[in-house]
This record gives sequence, C-alpha cells and structure tokens, in this order.
Amino acid sequence: MKIKLWGVRGSITTTGPETAYYGGNTSCADVWEDGCLLVLDGGSGIQKLVVDNPLANKRIDVLLTHLHLDHIQGLGFFKPLFDASMEIHIWGPASSTRTLHSRLSRYLSPPLFPVLIRDLPCSLTLHEIGNSTFQIGPFSIQSNYIIHPGPTVGFRVTGNHSVFAYIPDHEPALGRNGMIKDQQWISGIDLARGADLLLHDAQYTAAEYLYKKGWGHSSIDDAALFASVAGVKHLLLAHHDPARTDEALNELYTAFQNNNNYTFKNELAREGMEITLP
Amino acid sequence: MPAYEIEIILNRQLADCLSIPAFITDTKGNLIFYNEPAETILGKRFEDTGEMPVEQWATDFKPFDENGKQLPPEELPLVNTLQDALPHHKTFWIESLQGKNQKISVTAYPIIGRTGKMSGAVAIFWKSTDV
Repeated sequence: MKIKLWGVRGSITTTGPETAYYGGNTSCADVWEDGCLLVLDGGSGIQKLVVDNPLANKRIDVLLTHLHLDHIQGLGFFKPLFDASMEIHIWGPASSTRTLHSRLSRYLSPPLFPVLIRDLPCSLTLHEIGNSTFQIGPFSIQSNYIIHPGPTVGFRVTGNHSVFAYIPDHEPALGRNGMIKDQQWISGIDLARGADLLLHDAQYTAAEYLYKKGWGHSSIDDAALFASVAGVKHLLLAHHDPARTDEALNELYTAFQNNNNYTFKNELAREGMEITLP
Repeated sequence: MPAYEIEIILNRQLADCLSIPAFITDTKGNLIFYNEPAETILGKRFEDTGEMPVEQWATDFKPFDENGKQLPPEELPLVNTLQDALPHHKTFWIESLQGKNQKISVTAYPIIGRTGKMSGAVAIFWKSTDV
C-alpha cells in the first residue's frame, strides 16, 4: 500500500514561505494498491494530485470524511471529474435530512462554482455511507461516524497486508474530563485499532484546546493518547492549524516530544510525504 | 469489544456534566452508564459496579403509584421507551435508600443516531414538585 499526502493543513489553505515545508493545502491523501486508487478527501490538495501510476481500470474512488469546505474545496479542480472516460465514485457520510448529492451541490453549483454536478462529463456515482463496510478493488474499507460537528466519518483502509486509518477531523476528548480511558467509550477507536499507520487530527496544543472544546478537533496530546490506546504503529499528526508556521509547528512538536515518551513512531504530517506500508 | 456508537458516547459525556441523575442503557435495558447524581439514587458507584445487566439494576428500584401499588415494568417510562423507541414521561414514587418514599418524575428518550437505528435510551430523574 502506497500513501501520499497532498494536503495536511486544517480549516483553510495557507500559502507563503512560512508554511512551505509542511504545506498549506487542505486535506487530501491518495492510497494505491494493485493499480487501484483511493483519494481520501477533496481539500485543496486534490488539485495537485497526479495519477502517475497506471490504473487497473478507469475508476477512481474519492472518500470524503465530511463536507466541511476544507475537505471538498478542491473537488471542482480534480481533473478526472472532467474526463468523460473516467468512472468516479464519491463516498460521503449520510445525513439524516439531506442527500449527499444535495449537500455536495451546495458547493458544486452557482454562485460558488460554475459547473453543476450533473454536468460533469465523467461517469459519476455517489454513495452514502455511515457505519459501513465496503470493498473497493483490493481495499476493505470501514467507515464509522466520529465526533466532529455535522455528519463525519473516519476510514479504516485495509489493503493486502496493512491497515491505514484516516481520521483527519476528530474530537474524541469532547467531554468534561476529556477522553474516557476505556476503548468501548472512545469515538473512532475501532477504525484505528492496531493500524500500521494512523493520520489523525492534531490541530491544537493542549492549552489551545481548553478554549476550543466542541470545535471538532484534537490537541496533539489527545491525538497521541488516542493512538496509544488504539495501539497504532505509526502516527501522523495532521490538520495543522492555519495560523501555525513551519517554525511554530517544529516548536510545538519539540515540546510534545520533550513531555512524552510514546514508543510508537510519530511525526508531523507533511504535504508531499510518501509512505509505503508492507 | 467494539466501541459504542458516538451518540451513546456523547450522551455519556453529557450526562457526566449534568447535575440531575441520568441513566443510560443499551437497547436491552442493560445499564451501561449512570452519572454521579444517579449514584445517590442507586446507592452504588459506577466506578465500582461498571455496567449492570437489566435484571440486576432494575431490582434496585421499587416504583409504586399514589395508592402504594407497585408499578409493573410496562408502566415505567424507560421500559416504554425501550419497547417503542419513543420518549415517555411519568411521575411516581420510589422508596429511597433510607426507606423514605420519594415522589419523582422520570423522562426517558431513545438514542437514535444518523443511521436511524436505536442504540440505547436515557432516563433522567428529578424530585417531583407536583404534589
């Protein structure tokens, strides 16, 4: 399984030399195995996504964790959507009131965007998911609703030999005393349990989180605690706050390392990062 | 053991912040969480008991009506909610731990998440002022 991160910034894109190292594009990753391509989220990073491996067929599956703008704003610039020879499947969380098509159309329609979903030349299929399991090529995928404002899922992608858990927006610590230290009572834990790689929300410092409870995101400390309880092997800390420069991110991570001694591998996610899992 | 669905987890986190007694059950009526104010009604601490099967915790209550007649389970709001997945409310009496009769009101509501599936129920208790 090969993974590439095309956007790891949270909330809004940032540009400029002060964020050039970790990158300023919002959430997007791709996952390859056996010529099959999954695209996780359609943030601004998706516009740079290059299909540089031969596809086993003319199909690409885009899995959306939720429909906040930083996770769909790049969709309209995803070139395969405008290729009539392509078969695109978009999977997104079901709402109890409106269809995925209706909610996506709020963005992919005038006045916010000039092209309507129905006018996209590709062969497009939308799939509503919740607490679901489904198969795409060699991938077995589990989605579960997780704690974040509005319908939001995380994904557990199981390939031939490895597991990638993708939970970029998540607040498992929401509550009076933070995360309950019992796996039965932790949002998203089933997705991450024993994963070879977990990409998880780590937007805030612990001090910042005190003032941003309920906003749907995690502190770096809670992200690491979540990963530890789940027993993941490698943690990517992502959804970087847009106000955080590269220098500030390095300082934040150094302080985190100095105060913790987790034994699993952990690092800050960086745009352009490529990881190969066995 | 798989994690509870997030609507159950969020209800526990909410109950943990409330000053009124709150009980959370799964769809079978097993008590999966009760908050600190509820501990004073049950006379037990959640930290000590953990989850309790319905047969165990249901006997801790002795509900009765205004005539002192014991209420059967099918007349209790939480039981009704578990049966029909609708909210229910009732005022009745229970015998307190000190053996004193106490008039209480109970509201029970189903926990139904985005999937449309009922995953449990919540019952909140408070002393009735409707004398």
